[in-house]
Amino acid sequence: MGRKIKIKTEDISVFYRDFQALFNINIEIEENKVTALIGPSGCGKSTFLRTINRLNELIEGTRTKGQVYLEDVPVYAKDINVVALRKKVGIVFQKPSVFPMTIYENVAYGPKIHGVKKKNLLNEIVERSLKAANLWDEVSSRLNSPAAQLSGGQQQRLVIARVLAVEPHVILMDEPASALDPVSTSKLEELISELKKKYTIVIVTHNMQQAARVSDYTGFFLNGYLVEFNRTSELFVNPRDKRTEDYITGRFG
Amino acid sequence: MKTFDWKEKLLTVLFWLAALAVVGILFSIIGYIVWKGIAVVNLDFILEAPSRAGREGGISIAIVGTVYLTAVSLAIATPLGVGTAIYLEEYARRRSKFAYLVNLTSETLAGVPSIVFGLFGFVFFVIFLGMGWSVLSGSLTLAIMLLPTITRTAQEAILAVPHEYRENSLALGASKWQTVSRIIIPSALPGIVTGIILSIGRAVGETAAVILTAGSSLGMPGGLFDPARTMSVHLYILATEGISLERAFGTAFLIVILVIVINYFANLSLYRLSHSRNNR
Repeated sequence: MGRKIKIKTEDISVFYRDFQALFNINIEIEENKVTALIGPSGCGKSTFLRTINRLNELIEGTRTKGQVYLEDVPVYAKDINVVALRKKVGIVFQKPSVFPMTIYENVAYGPKIHGVKKKNLLNEIVERSLKAANLWDEVSSRLNSPAAQLSGGQQQRLVIARVLAVEPHVILMDEPASALDPVSTSKLEELISELKKKYTIVIVTHNMQQAARVSDYTGFFLNGYLVEFNRTSELFVNPRDKRTEDYITGRFG
Repeated sequence: MKTFDWKEKLLTVLFWLAALAVVGILFSIIGYIVWKGIAVVNLDFILEAPSRAGREGGISIAIVGTVYLTAVSLAIATPLGVGTAIYLEEYARRRSKFAYLVNLTSETLAGVPSIVFGLFGFVFFVIFLGMGWSVLSGSLTLAIMLLPTITRTAQEAILAVPHEYRENSLALGASKWQTVSRIIIPSALPGIVTGIILSIGRAVGETAAVILTAGSSLGMPGGLFDPARTMSVHLYILATEGISLERAFGTAFLIVILVIVINYFANLSLYRLSHSRNNR
């Protein structure tokens, strides 16, 4: 079938001080597919997402056990370059957080810190990224105005453009639509299905319809465990686990 | 319901009176200084050196001394204070013993009266290190005094930068220093500048510690090791030694003008900075 595994986790467990947030998670995430992670609040799906680019360690008192392989390279190895890892794995958060700079500077921020200095190359990257994020037409005439003036949906697409500008291999999305209105949400979902042609996408969402619409695979998390992982078409139609069934039919959560 | 209305009205009037009192006090002080001081202030008073211990001539040397001491003390205190704030907020582990110690020290320093700093500066810089009464001794002493204000305000400003900026920047593969220098410091700059403006006011007004460390020479300060007299010191001497109360008011008038001018330019540069970055 030619399935290519992009990310593989081996017995990932995460602890916040004395609290264990994740228990031995094993997942294989396929290249150029959208994988959705669903589950009730506090089930550990966001925590899992953040193990992939080692973002949990920004919070003091967090320990991670197990291993994540990105393109067969162990992410939790001593000699790994975290900066290079995070360049490869972009993340889009729930609340779009644009930097207090112009639209242009926001997108150019990543390439600049990674050493791109030539003005025309930067211009090219900014234009390409904004186009890929379906934002170019709306902002091309005002690239030098403050990014904070954009609407919430535009800001979220700007954040995606900012991530695309560093040319990641994987894009993580942590409830990217939860702060958006329905129109912006459907624009974002369209964008996701375009992006998966080039990128591997892992999306955390509490919206099951959204998971069903945009994803190829879905994982159901509950209380820190991965209860079920399957093709989206299978999981929503024929859940194997009773708890998955209860959740997707709306009996709890 | 009626009693509530009555109470609300009384309180509104009381608060209004409090605000009025503040404005009134401020304006009467400034008005009095202007009224008493303006008679002696002219271009010669600003540009000429004092003669006969200040009975005649101007206060040029004191204006230069004030600007000189303020500039040098800020040049020392700003990098140290802002650096400490960056360390405490961005690099130190929460609740580390060293961070606790630094915070405690800075709070304690903020509460020490200026004359104590003056005594320390006199014994340490002037005598022990042999710098004598000089711009450098005075500036170092002032810098220590200003450090807590600059550190505190910079800490507050850095703390107010949204946490998401850090997370987003690091997640894009930026190093800690890139995040601090390109996102955190620019975002915190208005707050940092506010701390510096507050410090300028303190440096210009400080008298006791400056007499002890920079001296009260009537000569024009040239190098860092020359003694200097600031406007506040000049005012103090004119008034306490019965030289000329009129000229003391003239000096006070110019101190007020100087502080207003400095604040104006600091605010202007701050405004330009935030607008060139197209902030918000």
